Amino acid sequence: MRAYLDHCATTPLAPAALAAMRPYLEGCLGNASSPHAWGRAARAALEGARAAVARALGARDPQTVVFVSGGTEADNLAVKGAARAGAGRGRHLVVSAIEHHAVLEAAAALEAEGFAVSRVPPSGDGRVDPGAVEGALRPDTVLAAVMLVNNETGAIQPVAEIAARCRARGVLVHADCVQALGSLPLDVEALGVDLAAFSAHKAYGPQGIGALYVRPGTPMRALLHGGFQERSRRAGTESVAAAVGFARAAQLAAGSLAEDGARMAALRDRLERGLVAAAPGARVNAAGAPRAPHVTSLAFEGVAAESLLIALDLEGVAASAGAACSSGSLEPSHVLQAMGLPPDRCAASIRFSLGRGTTAEEIDYAIAVVVQAVERLRAALPAGAPA
Amino acid sequence: MDREPGTVPKGQRIVVAMSGGVDSAVAAALLCRAGYDVVGVLLRIWPSRRPAAPNDRFDSCCSPRAADDARGVAAALDIPFYVLNYEDEFEREVIQPFCDAYAAGRTPIPCLACNARLKFGSLVARARSWRADRVGTGHYARVARDPRTGRHLLRRGADRRKDQSYFLYGLTQDQLARALFPVGGQTKAETRRLAAAFGLPVAEKPESQEICFVPGDYRAVVRERAGAVLRPGPIRHADGRAMGAHAGLADFTVGQRKGLGVSAGRPLYVVELDAAANTVIVGEDGDLWAREAVLEGCNYMPWEAPPGPRRVLAKVRSAQPEAAATLTPMEGGRAALRFDAPQRAIAPGQAAVCYDMDDPDLVVGGGTIVAARR
Repeated sequence: MRAYLDHCATTPLAPAALAAMRPYLEGCLGNASSPHAWGRAARAALEGARAAVARALGARDPQTVVFVSGGTEADNLAVKGAARAGAGRGRHLVVSAIEHHAVLEAAAALEAEGFAVSRVPPSGDGRVDPGAVEGALRPDTVLAAVMLVNNETGAIQPVAEIAARCRARGVLVHADCVQALGSLPLDVEALGVDLAAFSAHKAYGPQGIGALYVRPGTPMRALLHGGFQERSRRAGTESVAAAVGFARAAQLAAGSLAEDGARMAALRDRLERGLVAAAPGARVNAAGAPRAPHVTSLAFEGVAAESLLIALDLEGVAASAGAACSSGSLEPSHVLQAMGLPPDRCAASIRFSLGRGTTAEEIDYAIAVVVQAVERLRAALPAGAPA
Repeated sequence: MDREPGTVPKGQRIVVAMSGGVDSAVAAALLCRAGYDVVGVLLRIWPSRRPAAPNDRFDSCCSPRAADDARGVAAALDIPFYVLNYEDEFEREVIQPFCDAYAAGRTPIPCLACNARLKFGSLVARARSWRADRVGTGHYARVARDPRTGRHLLRRGADRRKDQSYFLYGLTQDQLARALFPVGGQTKAETRRLAAAFGLPVAEKPESQEICFVPGDYRAVVRERAGAVLRPGPIRHADGRAMGAHAGLADFTVGQRKGLGVSAGRPLYVVELDAAANTVIVGEDGDLWAREAVLEGCNYMPWEAPPGPRRVLAKVRSAQPEAAATLTPMEGGRAALRFDAPQRAIAPGQAAVCYDMDDPDLVVGGGTIVAARR
């Protein structure tokens, strides 16, 4: 018996997405920028994909969708592209402290270039307060970045409110929506953001492609230079097959959202209830915040997350915690730290993220494995001992 | 493979500490072939976010490159593999005491603390939480059991030149009970042959010594952490003459000739590090020889402590040949080790490890050298 409960890391490719991609992987597809018949066929498929992705995101104009290589590139393009384009007006950025590393590291890179960065911590419940973001804005602020769904806790951030306040002050807003696609209804225009990042493989699409929504009129500098693809916003031959797969996955996600969401929320709640009941000292992090239906972060007192994850993996249960360092070992979650959770609670926390295919049987198996593992870990390592 | 037959049931889970080197790779492979449920781990002891320094030895034991190599071996063996975050524990249990020792005028061996506290210490506890009762490594050493007393014994590796029993003298009975050294009973050449036979990616990899990955060189590490304790002081000759000045005791070890910055007619060597007076004492070669070492923190295998003075073959440095001596246990875990013939450059902080005179492969025990006496 195995249970894959790490869908925030990646999701399996939907069969319908694979089927949609196949024709574009086989045979001879041209380069979408070539004017000949092969190229035109590729171009038609690419633009069809672009339109479908735009619809799934709530963007009326397909040209607002820029295809990139994934969520990380989308975040980098948004943060660096908008900051550098706006440097004439100012060189200050505001980011939430719970952003994905792609946003945080892009901001840090800009800091090294002479930008000033303010990092707004969340409240203890894992939500960023719009007032706190507004309070960090300065006359020279160019961009504020706050994600829609946090990937560690699932906490849904008040992006529409934050965007409204920033727009009123003339500050651009970027929302990393990577974990939102497929778990929340999405409407980038209703959110009122200028930029939004998406990743296909977090929503049952292929790895290697993502999108950046760019509201018309948003000043942006490209990161990749070369050809004039994506209206000179992102050079490089587009992967038509990947875009088609992304589009199909995005359509599926939008279509089955309500039903999937309800089912995953029920299973997620079952997981939480089961663990809190059977594992003494188990607590849900960010329990008080509205959360995406598929994510839960739990702290298991007295247990080291790294040891627990290994115990789970050895029994066929996949979960995660924090971020991996370059050699693959675990670092504590910066999100939990930013929420003000004490270090030992951060070190004892792991994240489960469910998917469309998760079953009640898998949940029950995971509960049993976790409970036994927690017991063994506590027995083998006395409280307070480093593990 | 050298282990007690019948004591480790087939299919049992064993955690193997992999360094990325060929010895631990073959250790893992042998255990897989013998039918055990092997789980490979690598202890990440280096800081994860430190930018690379020019002196970094990225090919040394437990370095970032090593993680990739170990992962490749694990994939070839189709076993689970995890890189464990041991950064804080390594800092606390190995690096800090290492720096404290240097600041106190001693020459420590970090491998001893790493083996006792990490590899066979906390790793064993974690292994148990993963339902693995044993930890295997690629050390060239052997465990055995005394049939009369039931005590766990440590023997040298079959390959004398590669023997690492010197670095394992500190293992307790409980640690020895849980240790497995699959390559301990064979030669290095045999290990390499097996690596090739198993098709392991590291078969041709050059030697990795038992030296940790430490950013830059040891002195820089010590200066960074214990800098406040290191102060300039005098260099004096053993006969009392002022010879010059030093920038900190940590730059020196007993027997050292280079870097003294002083000259006399004949070659001068560090003879003693007087931490109390913050003085480096130098002398000629003749001043380096001593017959007795005082040991602390002794650990013995055949008994809790020797019943009385005992004739042994002992060495005071890992690379030094063993020599005949008499080991006399004292209270409080101390001992006196008196050699038949004077030994050169006995350095406080190093380990003295004793082997049985009649059975020279058998480790009797050892301790940390705290003083040398003529």
